[in-house]
Amino acid sequence: MRLAILLLLSLFTFAASTEVVKSTEAAGSLEAIKGAEVVAFSDEALRPRYHQLLQELRCPKCQNQNLADSNSPISQDLRREIQRMLEEQMTDKQIKDYLKSRYSEFILYRPEVNKNTWLLWGSPMLVVLLGLLILLRHNRQPEPSADKEVPKANKEAPSNTSDQQRLAELLGDKENHQ
Amino acid sequence: MNRLALFIPLALFVGLSLVLLFGLDKDPTDLPSALVGEAFPVFNLPSLKDEQNVVTEQDFNGEVVLVNVWATWCFACRIEHPMLNKLSEQGVKIIGLNYKDQRAGALAWLAERGDPYQFNIFDAKGSLGIDLGVYGAPETYLVDADGIIRHRRVGVVDDRVWESEFRAIYEQITGTEQ
Repeated sequence: MRLAILLLLSLFTFAASTEVVKSTEAAGSLEAIKGAEVVAFSDEALRPRYHQLLQELRCPKCQNQNLADSNSPISQDLRREIQRMLEEQMTDKQIKDYLKSRYSEFILYRPEVNKNTWLLWGSPMLVVLLGLLILLRHNRQPEPSADKEVPKANKEAPSNTSDQQRLAELLGDKENHQ
Repeated sequence: MNRLALFIPLALFVGLSLVLLFGLDKDPTDLPSALVGEAFPVFNLPSLKDEQNVVTEQDFNGEVVLVNVWATWCFACRIEHPMLNKLSEQGVKIIGLNYKDQRAGALAWLAERGDPYQFNIFDAKGSLGIDLGVYGAPETYLVDADGIIRHRRVGVVDDRVWESEFRAIYEQITGTEQ
């Protein structure tokens, strides 16, 4: 039962954290773009995709800024390039592949799952699994309260038979060696 | 068993320290190049010296060339220029890619500092720059006789860089001792 509750809880936090990510992304796309460029689209439906792409693509020059944040000349060029590609009806994937083939995977702020990044993507799941494993093991062990009281009460004189036996063994061992 | 478990935090700490220690030596601005081993991009741009004259990748004439991305606004290019002059004197064929620059200023630069280039591609909008994945000047590409990019250097090429990064490949693909 406790386990079920824990599982449910962890699922909830998982769902909540993805919600948070989504909402921050939405807030980010509303932010103005550096340099206050006025971007005109033939079709307004392209605009949200444009903003989404700028959020997810990284400026190759000024590292740790995305294309929407950066005011560097290369970012201005790449923004113009993305706008051009959107007008040419290219899909988001085509646009990302175009940039990846030139600037390498570095440009993707949301890295693809491949042999270099599987650990990065998989580690949260691994940690959850590890946590569950520890929990399961912990639960399987007998209740510790009953166990602990015995040695406490007999701290001075170990009367437990197995302890006595061990003591005799150790002492006997010592005598044999002397 | 329990005693060994006490060492787990220490082992984790040492492991993490090692990972971070190796990370210190890495240059985060040194991005992996997506273009090494690929063909030099197709282009069609005016030459620097003659606006009417259009140059393309065919003008490399199937020779081993260095393509050097430079601009008058680029401070490090000033430091690099004497090295290019020296390489040119030694018989290395260098093509200039004048990147997002002003024509008059670039011509004055060559008149003042010497002209190590076979010719210069005038890429005012940076379109070839985007196809090459240029993210800062100077950049230097070693292109073999088949038009394949064999090496890329982002940053200044000096004696040390030439010796350590370019010379061996250059001698191998030209089949000469430099």
